[in-house]
Amino acid sequence: MGSIVLEKVHKLYGNVEVIPSIDLTINDGEFVVFVGPSGCGKSTLLRLIAGLEDTTSGAIRIDGNDVTETPPAKRGLAMVFQSYALYPHMSVRKNIAFPLKMAGMDKAEIDRRVEGAANVLNLTQYLDRRPGQLSGGQRQRVAIGRAIVREPSAFLFDEPLSNLDAALRVNMRLEISELHQSLKTTMIYVTHDQVEAMTMADKIVVLQAGNIEQVGSPLELYRNPRNRFVAGFIGSPKMNFIEGAEAAKRGVHAIGVRPEHIALSKDSGLWKGTVGLSEHLGSDTFCYVNVEGIGTLNVRTSGEVSVHHGDTVWLTPGEANIHRFDKDGMAIR
Amino acid sequence: MARQVKTRNKVIVTIAAWAVGIAIFFPILWTVITSFKSEADAIADPPVFLFFNWTLENYVTVQERSDYFNHFMNSVVISVGSTLIGLLIAVPAAWAMAFVPGKRTKDLLMWMLSTKMLPPVGVLVPLYLIFRDIGLLDTRIGLVIVLTLINLPIIIWMLYTYFREIPGEILEAARMDGATLKAEILYVLTPMAVPGIASTLLLNIILAWNEAFWTLNLTAANAAPLTAFIASYSSPEGLFYAKLSAASTMAIAPILIMGWFSQKQLVRGLTFGAVK
Repeated sequence: MGSIVLEKVHKLYGNVEVIPSIDLTINDGEFVVFVGPSGCGKSTLLRLIAGLEDTTSGAIRIDGNDVTETPPAKRGLAMVFQSYALYPHMSVRKNIAFPLKMAGMDKAEIDRRVEGAANVLNLTQYLDRRPGQLSGGQRQRVAIGRAIVREPSAFLFDEPLSNLDAALRVNMRLEISELHQSLKTTMIYVTHDQVEAMTMADKIVVLQAGNIEQVGSPLELYRNPRNRFVAGFIGSPKMNFIEGAEAAKRGVHAIGVRPEHIALSKDSGLWKGTVGLSEHLGSDTFCYVNVEGIGTLNVRTSGEVSVHHGDTVWLTPGEANIHRFDKDGMAIR
Repeated sequence: MARQVKTRNKVIVTIAAWAVGIAIFFPILWTVITSFKSEADAIADPPVFLFFNWTLENYVTVQERSDYFNHFMNSVVISVGSTLIGLLIAVPAAWAMAFVPGKRTKDLLMWMLSTKMLPPVGVLVPLYLIFRDIGLLDTRIGLVIVLTLINLPIIIWMLYTYFREIPGEILEAARMDGATLKAEILYVLTPMAVPGIASTLLLNIILAWNEAFWTLNLTAANAAPLTAFIASYSSPEGLFYAKLSAASTMAIAPILIMGWFSQKQLVRGLTFGAVK
């Protein structure tokens, strides 16, 4: 079991309000991702749940029990840190066994569980090495191993992949997702990378300046962003925002349309523009098109389409996929 | 690009380094040589360097006249004892200052260091009277207490610096893994700080071994360590250079040997964390 409920959680550092007041419910077995730009309070929120920071006011409940005043060790949660935070003086085996040793488990059971975790994470042949003798990906696996042996009620991940190179990041992302599928334990995952959020989460919590901007499944956030911040943050590349005459025509303050929802044609369309930069990724091509009276729009086309700097093109947004925003940046549904 | 060093500069620097090294080492060498001379050779003018009748007579006399091993044991108990007790107090203190600093932690550290700036003689009389009244004069326990208090600021400062190098996330990981405060310090912090703790230990044993103000003033016979043993050869009966040298050699030999074997550890500890 691992349901986590935050009630009016509030955090001050001195006089600085980091988390104004947050209510959030995380259901048992969910994979929840906290995402937002750096400094948005997502790591602080995770540390509050872990107990590594004290809440200024409000309550945190795990499985219905109020743990606001409970020390981290007694909350039954396991955490994986960005820096891995392995014990450098202990072998991989001892690192993974440490939480079990702290729990006073008997040696045979510890050995059994460590072997089991090492098996799952492909670490069996490294058990007698020190963390310093491992690669980044292996270290992160050890950190995950140390978390899973305890069979915690929930896992907390604090940007666990940001120290890895791009290829390894994709692999580890899959491994963590698979781990969630097999363990079915609640996981809370903090990242600033919206791709990680979209690919891994059951539920995404978008944060900005300590406030929850929106909570929902990846596709909900993608299709129905509640405001301009979420619309701009979720989706890659970013949504194009258009203000002024073009928005006024539709009776709103601003409209937003994603690069993948604009059709590009060489002979006819709604807006006429000139191709500036284009990025060829092979499968896709992203063109930055300068449209008079609107500005630069990013457009996704198939990799087959050949456009060049200075070409004149026509753009047509898919009407059904245009997002409308009022003056305060809130979406108009 | 590697920095180029001219051969001429290398030679000059090498000669200068050797000159300084020899200048520092020469008095010790001279003391050791003198300890093997007869009293007549020891005061010969011009001084004789290596060509004299080598003799062990001074060592025999010194051992007969005063019990070297008693003083030696006193030195060991006092320096090791005060350092170990100091570490026991300093590890938790430095932990608190390094990992849960308060607003006044920096001030506290400066204040502790400032006690080292007070001339010890300023508190000699009150301390002497207190020691006399509670019966600590000329006892090993008394000296252990005094030297612990005197070196505590240095021990805390050194440990504080080493602990600061240890990433806080690792200690947080230990907390998440269910470690109590005691387990966190015992199984995670201390093993990681071993190089720092070892050099603190060695340096403080050396400082306590060489400490001559309190050890001379608060002891008479029973608890007198090697410093008092040397001093006893420089006083009333006139100067006997050869015997004084023999006593000095016997007093500094243990710490010199210890320093020689642990120099790698000492240097590593003192430069710990300079480069990650």
